[in-house]
Amino acid sequence: MPTQRTVLTHLHHRHLLGLEEYSAAEIELILDTARHFRQVLERPVKKVPALRDRTIVNLFFEPSTRTRISFELAERRLSADVVSFQAAGSSLSKGETLRDTARNLEAMKIDMVVIRHSASGAPHQLARWTAAQIINAGDGAHEHPTQALLDMYTLRERFGRIQGLRVAIVGDIAHSRVARSNIHGLRKLGASVIVCGPATLLPAGIETLGVEVTTRLEEALEGAQAVIALRLQLERQQAGLLPSLREYHFTYGIRPEHLERYPDLVILHPGPINRGVELADEVADSPQSVILDQVTNGVAVRMAVLYLLAGMPRPEGETGPAQ
Amino acid sequence: MERLLLRGVRIVDVERSEISEPLDILLAEGKIAALGPNLEAPSDTPQKTYKGRVYVSIGWMDMHVHLREPGQEHKETIATGCRAAAAGGFTAVACMPNTDPPIHTRDVVEFIYRRASAEAVDVYPIACVSKERKGRELTEMWDLAQAGAVAFSDDGAPIWHAGLMRRALEYARMLGRAIINHMEEPALSSEGVMHEGAVATRLGLRGIPAEAETVMIARDLELAARTGGHLHVAHLSTARGAELIRRAKAEGIPVTAEVCPHHFTLTDEAVAASGYDTNTKMNPPLRTAEDVEALKQALADGTIDVIATDHAPHAPEEKEVEFIAAPFGIIGLETAWGLIVRELVQPGLLSLLEAVRKITLAPRRILGLPIPRIAVGQMACLTVFDAETPWTFEPRHIRSKSRNTPFLGERLIGRAWAIYNRGRWVENEP
Repeated sequence: MPTQRTVLTHLHHRHLLGLEEYSAAEIELILDTARHFRQVLERPVKKVPALRDRTIVNLFFEPSTRTRISFELAERRLSADVVSFQAAGSSLSKGETLRDTARNLEAMKIDMVVIRHSASGAPHQLARWTAAQIINAGDGAHEHPTQALLDMYTLRERFGRIQGLRVAIVGDIAHSRVARSNIHGLRKLGASVIVCGPATLLPAGIETLGVEVTTRLEEALEGAQAVIALRLQLERQQAGLLPSLREYHFTYGIRPEHLERYPDLVILHPGPINRGVELADEVADSPQSVILDQVTNGVAVRMAVLYLLAGMPRPEGETGPAQ
Repeated sequence: MERLLLRGVRIVDVERSEISEPLDILLAEGKIAALGPNLEAPSDTPQKTYKGRVYVSIGWMDMHVHLREPGQEHKETIATGCRAAAAGGFTAVACMPNTDPPIHTRDVVEFIYRRASAEAVDVYPIACVSKERKGRELTEMWDLAQAGAVAFSDDGAPIWHAGLMRRALEYARMLGRAIINHMEEPALSSEGVMHEGAVATRLGLRGIPAEAETVMIARDLELAARTGGHLHVAHLSTARGAELIRRAKAEGIPVTAEVCPHHFTLTDEAVAASGYDTNTKMNPPLRTAEDVEALKQALADGTIDVIATDHAPHAPEEKEVEFIAAPFGIIGLETAWGLIVRELVQPGLLSLLEAVRKITLAPRRILGLPIPRIAVGQMACLTVFDAETPWTFEPRHIRSKSRNTPFLGERLIGRAWAIYNRGRWVENEP
């Protein structure tokens, strides 16, 4: 449907806590800006001076390699001063409250904080307690907005649009921040979303987010242009939510037969992959998979987020979505 | 204070369901010395003259508070908890046994009575059902009752073992005491931190389903029916739970129930709206708008007997952490009346008399305590209050040692102005 969309030059938000509170126009501004940085990344000199003199702290309370490296690269390519910190667990496990962590950041005059935390809402609490700008790099089972943005960027790159796409999200919806951010983002940009998983991993009231819900994988894949397979945390079996990984693979894993039946289906995965669980080996490595494109696009998308949150305007020449 | 003359107060008689015309009350040496219009008193008698609709009832009681002493004095002490109670208009509280050590032996009961003996507020200990609150063996309930325990509960935790619950009801029945249960089936609440539903799903927080409460209520109603023991349901939070209690009462099962002001005021949306403020984290959790509506109806039709606060102080350093890491609970004594009037009395769900009855007669009857009377020659146990003053709840109103409340900055209606109890007059600043 040809809806008239506002083309923004600046973000309205100071923080990126989640896509739930972002408008379609803001999300599109980020994706358009990311396209600009994606081109920058193809140049011999990949560094731009946009964030010179800005200090960014990457605060990772949960182990992460991919997301942390991606953010660090994005920050350095924008010429920011960067400090990274990795600790396991909550702030409490190192003997101080989250509020005290916030007070310390405040005292150190940090401009931006990129935070990854196993506790949902930790970025929101930090945003209430410091003057720094907060970027959510994944909080508990709540949101992982930059992951969804790079997923959407990858889909747009592949299909030229988000509007009108049908996207299936398959797996552990209950515990997935990737699912929630993608649901918000994709719905705002006009895609339809169907979520699929065993009933024990579908959270109460998920349909209120405007998605279809099914427990049958075939129903989710039928008519979908893309599927986002979610990483299954292996401890779900111990928690009694699954009988076995084997059974999961045969009921919700994307397998070679699905590639045959849906030859145009594009496969996304936020990584790291449990091969043989949510994706069969052949599926992860097939030409239908765009998993490595996602990783490349992640840096450009994160550059766009940082750049725009720093108050910079839409880059020249990026006038709007190429739809 | 030897003498005090209150002028122009209307007496709310909760037993006779009458509200008087403005009268004067002369208090002397802890008793009501005279009562009537235009009382004469010696000229050196201090006087309080009230204008407008200011009421006096028998002193209010909150039958569910956590005073944290002994053992967690950084959160609250018996002294600060009593000050918070007085500021909220309460002349009596019953305190829960999840202290350290827990109230599971006679000496702890006696310690609490001793510590509270100098306060203006009466403190009644509720003792543990099980030794160490571990849910295995019964405490010496007879000895505890002899020492002055007014009821039994493992509050803070449920009595999760059905067999222990049965024996507790049987044993407490012999002693004429109620068993107060925190209704939460742990296998269902698991690691939940808020109500399970669309909001928890949106926020990515683990849910506590309504059934964690209702499954245990259903179990305990069956056990109360069998044993004839008095079951009191603590802090009811679900519509379905209210319905189960309504039916059980109709069948004559000996059950009573209480609700907290936050459960009839806020919904799970408050967790989202506050940006994961840990002062919206309590157990049972804030539920849905339908639950709130059903709890109000259950208050109105008498299914819920009592309003109690579950006053649960926690220090700032305990609450200023990640939502999942924060302890459950909020303080409630200072805000109770302002919320009761705003949410129940003004909208017409409860009359003033009905509302006051739920914080005076009902808790005392459940706990088997004597009912104070407002009559000449009686010991004076009074609360002075109104039901119309709008006020904004600010830190300066807090007398508790802790300030973990989601209601700061909230517009409330109705103030408790003073209490008089044990010969002491405790007045709030305007």
